[in-house]
Amino acid sequence: MIEFDSSVLERPQPETASTLLQLNGLKTHYPIRKGLLGRVRGHVKAVDGVSLDIREGETLGLVGESGCGKSTIGRTILRLEQSTGGQILYKGEDITRYSTPKMRPLRTEMQMIFQDPFSSLNPWMRVKDILKEPMLAHGKATASTADAEVDRLLDAVGIPRSYKDRYVHEFSGGQRQRIGIARALSLNPKFIVCDEPVSALDVSIQAQVLNLLKELQKELGLTYLFIAHGLGAVKYISTRIAVMYLGKVVEIGTKDEIFRNPKHPYTRILLNAYPVPNPHLRGREKIVVQGDVPSPANPPSGCRFHTRCPFAQELCRQEEPPLAADGTNGGHAAACHFTL
Amino acid sequence: MNDLLEVEEIETVFRTERGEVTSVDGVSFRLKAGETLGIVGESGCGKSVTSLSIMSLLGKNGSIRRGEIRLNGRKITGLAESAMRRIRGSEVSMIFQDPMTSLNPVFTIGSQLIESISLHLKLKNRQARDHAIDMLRKVGISRPEEIMDEYPHKLSGGMRQRVMIAIALSCKPKLLIADEPTTALDVTIQAQILDLMKKLREETGTAIMLITHDLGVVAEMADRVIVMYAGQVVEEADVFTLFDKPLHPYTIGLMSSIPHLDADDDETLASIPGTVPPLQNMPSGCRFHTRCPLAREKCSALAPPLLEMAEGHRVRCWAAQGDMEGYETQAKGEFL
Repeated sequence: MIEFDSSVLERPQPETASTLLQLNGLKTHYPIRKGLLGRVRGHVKAVDGVSLDIREGETLGLVGESGCGKSTIGRTILRLEQSTGGQILYKGEDITRYSTPKMRPLRTEMQMIFQDPFSSLNPWMRVKDILKEPMLAHGKATASTADAEVDRLLDAVGIPRSYKDRYVHEFSGGQRQRIGIARALSLNPKFIVCDEPVSALDVSIQAQVLNLLKELQKELGLTYLFIAHGLGAVKYISTRIAVMYLGKVVEIGTKDEIFRNPKHPYTRILLNAYPVPNPHLRGREKIVVQGDVPSPANPPSGCRFHTRCPFAQELCRQEEPPLAADGTNGGHAAACHFTL
Repeated sequence: MNDLLEVEEIETVFRTERGEVTSVDGVSFRLKAGETLGIVGESGCGKSVTSLSIMSLLGKNGSIRRGEIRLNGRKITGLAESAMRRIRGSEVSMIFQDPMTSLNPVFTIGSQLIESISLHLKLKNRQARDHAIDMLRKVGISRPEEIMDEYPHKLSGGMRQRVMIAIALSCKPKLLIADEPTTALDVTIQAQILDLMKKLREETGTAIMLITHDLGVVAEMADRVIVMYAGQVVEEADVFTLFDKPLHPYTIGLMSSIPHLDADDDETLASIPGTVPPLQNMPSGCRFHTRCPLAREKCSALAPPLLEMAEGHRVRCWAAQGDMEGYETQAKGEFL
């Protein structure tokens, strides 16, 4: 590998790095159909008005509990789900309503790594065919050049070339996730949605895959949207972090701002609830919130977190707090009437 | 006084199409009344099979080939199924990882609770029902009378796990085996359940065997910890010693591969190379030698014994047993 001063790439400056992807009030609602005639009786508001931007070369971590809409955002950006409102801008271009053929060339630039390395790879195909298929389909390689490309991809993710004739079941979870990463890389993407890529893996393997993702980002200048519920992994890989609750972003900021100075009660509770691998800290003060996450089909009025928030006041029940950027802090914003 | 649970050199094997495999190989440990023992390890290390061996729930292909398990001084390995049934649910009970599949979907919450209560506590209908409602209240379920008549699909994951805990504790077991009880739950719900388990442990004095892959959960809950790798115990210590001064390279690697929330340094995360060896094809010598950065010839030739290095601190590693000075620092560096 060529040596170069990588510090330039590592920390993109917010002012200079250009925005790769922008979401403006994005909504993805699913109809709830009931009865014999399948009439629409309501909507599951999986993503309900999300605005954020992802800058070139950064990793935006998206965290939240199950059902908060974090995976739906990833799938909506890639147009695997159709949004029901708002805009998706990719390199400044509105792709929200792009037709399938118009979307096709963009798909080489935007790829996805899935959570479950067991169900996201075709068990009937050899590894080399799994990797060749996207390249051949998009005309990125010909039958004669594809083999060399497969070797290059396997090298990049640390799978021995000699394994390319094997089937998926012959690999462990971590190796399968590497193959999933190789497949995402096969089209030379710019932007990758990583949907809980390490959640299904063992601890020692998680570290391998996280390190690999970080190395590849540095080498290839990739931009990631990294979706996860494990805060440790998110902290390790992200430049900035957005915290979601019930279809909305409740706080967004740089990694340090979110972890050192969380402003939203939910963020603080989430950080606090995470079991710390240090037995000396077991007696620490903890805020345990009661109850479950309400249904996204019928979210609470006002601030959506008010039903579980220990600091909720009358205003929180009535008025929804906007996600406003804090003037002094440049880009660190929390949607809360009484920020901490 | 006898320990509550004594597991001695058990070996659990399964018959498979490709021959017999040994899942648990010579595992021993003891558990005192009221103590919480954490069992940590990656998938396939034998931690769940160890607990299923205690419960005698190995299915028709699994069996304990050698070793002995004693509960309150009484040997329970080789007990007849009918005798084992009297123990399960009353003296030892278990909660599982997946609250979605471990409740029966066609019975109400109430009937599932009452089933074990009337079987083991020999209570009449009315009393059994009252006891069941009481248990639901104890695990923090609001409106317990109404929940009694609900079916499991109406409840959220966290609620179901509470119901599982209520069932497991309803007959006041001396030992609760919790197999990844919070792995399927969200962080805030996990905090609720761990909180609840701590509270109930104080109230009832139940001993807990907590099986998990999450070192955070272990640090939060356990008094003592066993680290398993490839079917064997590789290290055992009290929780503070294990986190402050781990001895086995595998434990050292595990500890340094967790991304810490308060860590400043965010360069490279330590990782253990390679993967867990398959059960059918265990490496010779020390089972960790294929992934250990410190492995030498002796490690691949000779299997190290599990030796007590300090009081209550056992480790299965040649380097830790005096073969190599200062190997801990070296191991930490090598995993990076």
